Amino acid sequence: MSIDMEQFHQVFFEESFEGLDIMETGLLNLDNGEADNEEINTIFRAAHSIKGGSGTFGFQNIADFTHIMETLLDEVRDGIRELTHEGINILLKSVDCLRMMMTAASDGGDVDEQEVKTNFDALQTILGSDESAAVENETKEKSTAVSEENQGWKISFAPHKNFMQFGNDPVRVIRELSSLGQLTGQIDTSKVPDFSELNPEDMHLSWDLELQGNVDKAAINDVFAWVEDESDISLSSLNSESKKTNTKKMTAAKTPVAVSKAAVPAADRKATDKKEKSAAASSSIRVGIDKIDDLINMVGELVITQSMLSMLGEDFNMTRLEKLQEGLIQLDRHTRELQESVMQIRMVPISFTFSRFPRMVRDLSEKLDKKIELVMHGENTELDKTVIEKIGDPLVHLVRNSIDHGIEMPEDRLAAGKPETGTIQLNAFHRGGNIVIEITDDGKGIDKDVIYNKGVEKGLVEAGTKLSDQQIYDLLFNPGFSTAAEITDVSGRGVGMDVVKKNIMSLGGAIETHSVKGQGSIFSIRLPLTLAILDGQSVTVGADNYIIPLVSIVESVQPKKEQLNMVAGKGETYKLRDEYLPILRVCDLFNIPDAKAHKLEDGLLVVVEADGKHFGVFVDDLLGQQQVVIKSLESNYKRIEGISGATILGDGSVALILDVPGLIRMSD
Amino acid sequence: MALILTVDDSASMRQMVAFTLKGAGYDVVEAEDGQKALNAAKGKKFDLVITDVNMPVMDGITFIRHLRTEANYKFTPILMLTTESSSDKKAEGKSAGATGWIVKPFNPDQLLAVVKKVLG
Repeated sequence: MSIDMEQFHQVFFEESFEGLDIMETGLLNLDNGEADNEEINTIFRAAHSIKGGSGTFGFQNIADFTHIMETLLDEVRDGIRELTHEGINILLKSVDCLRMMMTAASDGGDVDEQEVKTNFDALQTILGSDESAAVENETKEKSTAVSEENQGWKISFAPHKNFMQFGNDPVRVIRELSSLGQLTGQIDTSKVPDFSELNPEDMHLSWDLELQGNVDKAAINDVFAWVEDESDISLSSLNSESKKTNTKKMTAAKTPVAVSKAAVPAADRKATDKKEKSAAASSSIRVGIDKIDDLINMVGELVITQSMLSMLGEDFNMTRLEKLQEGLIQLDRHTRELQESVMQIRMVPISFTFSRFPRMVRDLSEKLDKKIELVMHGENTELDKTVIEKIGDPLVHLVRNSIDHGIEMPEDRLAAGKPETGTIQLNAFHRGGNIVIEITDDGKGIDKDVIYNKGVEKGLVEAGTKLSDQQIYDLLFNPGFSTAAEITDVSGRGVGMDVVKKNIMSLGGAIETHSVKGQGSIFSIRLPLTLAILDGQSVTVGADNYIIPLVSIVESVQPKKEQLNMVAGKGETYKLRDEYLPILRVCDLFNIPDAKAHKLEDGLLVVVEADGKHFGVFVDDLLGQQQVVIKSLESNYKRIEGISGATILGDGSVALILDVPGLIRMSD
Repeated sequence: MALILTVDDSASMRQMVAFTLKGAGYDVVEAEDGQKALNAAKGKKFDLVITDVNMPVMDGITFIRHLRTEANYKFTPILMLTTESSSDKKAEGKSAGATGWIVKPFNPDQLLAVVKKVLG
């Protein structure tokens, strides 16, 4: 039977990448002195699984590389070897190397042979020369199975009394021997007791056998391998002149490095077709069984409701109207619940993104000679998969930034009366309908004067303009603020803070900065839970419906004429309590000719918040609040300023979703 | 047809073993660690148990030791999946009650050959 092993590759890669993450996390914990046996065991187990799987699924180079890591970890586990900081560094690099090899195997990329060899040699140096000798011996043992011409074997097989326990069976042994050649022999039943004393669980038989034919001794040993401790076995060759087996060993000088090299061309050959596969595979998602169960449950409920309604419909009269209404309410509830469960499937914990930071912080702090502790909270907070994928890079940039510019050198910290070790906190939590991710450092904070002066210098601010704190911090995210000359090795990678902000905005999120000079900074990112659905307020302007995202709405007011003011250069404002709100007229921004309300008192004002400020959006009328499924306008038509997307309403008509920050930009 | 329990924390290995055995007509139950395997074994009578050694929660050797104390499993063949280098594991497994072992890496044909050998 031939089985296509490739069907298991995807699962193997998934669990191996997970295993590598586990190894990395474990090694970092070891390095932080949190070493306990279970931690080492976990790392070892991950390496062991990768080795076993890669060997089985035909990735010999990965198996060979993991083998030497495993040997090292095994020695640590057994207490033979102490793992030094340097040793952990090498193991971490080896994890990276393994990840590279694994990626090459799964996506069909190239293996950096030099990197593999460097790490392999480094591991071998730690282990000393004994390991390479062991590998060689192993290879030798395998290749010594050279048979000499012989006529057969005389085998005496005497199982012990307890032979049958643990599932062994002499019949299996004899059957197997007979498959090797022509088997004859005698059974010795002399030790079988009287029937009254016979314990059927004990073994009382033994055999004298002759196996004819040119049979390998190794093959016979294989047959007895499982039972050699539970039986007396003696083996002698039938051609007595060659009794002494000639054990001249073949020197198959196959060094481990050569093995890994030899395995590469095979991987290369498969490169092209694997590349195609990985595209399809990358869009898969891992979902917890409980979520699927929920979903199935929900569908079950829906089906019941549906059948109830269809029965009702077959034979309907007005006396059953109440039942129909009841059914429709149920249908409504189940549909909503189903929608929620489906959305849940796309939700993945943010730990997927957070998990890369311990390693990054460790490497960077080492590089910069800073002492930094990373504290993470809320790793289980769930976010839409798309958001998770896109938030990674901005977060990396912000954390790098905090390490590079925020946390001071140890001696500076001591001089400032702070603990020598700086702390960076990553915190994820729910607030309102949003997810908030905070990056907090206890470093030197942002010097507002420096930022302001630099802003003036770069021509972003006119000298003498009075700016709020938030406006000053916003300068950091201005495309013109950072220049190549200031980009350091660490935080500069050609990506500036402006890109960070742009990425976050493209996810429908926002970033806020707080900082106290000398005490540290907080970058706070607010993200929507999902990109696919939003809670909206339906409004009308003219004949059409529009949706305003509920998250940006503060309140809605019936405007009074006397509160309206005209401010020179700023257009209309509306005085709400102590605040003057700039008015955004949707009908004017989009040139809607048939708008019903022109005078302020005829329409309604929806007070919205954006960038920390309030605005009044003027519309004809408010309809209901509802959840809407966002359809991209960009992918179906083109991007329009002030509109973030479209949705289809219950009656089949299309409503545009207003983009509040976009409206504000349009009115400027 | 014989009923086989396969225990491995690695999903890919477990799937490969299960797929191979099912393809050969055996009925297969999968478990991802020793504890779950033990629970699964208690309610049934498996004709063969194939278990990995290194697993979280309960490792293969502890699992074998526990399983052998069950009256139903006194003579049931139990095979462990081991790697070549771990000869002391083989001895440990044997003394815990393993019938034999299959050396990793192995391919489906090798696996089936051993299973057929054991089940007769």
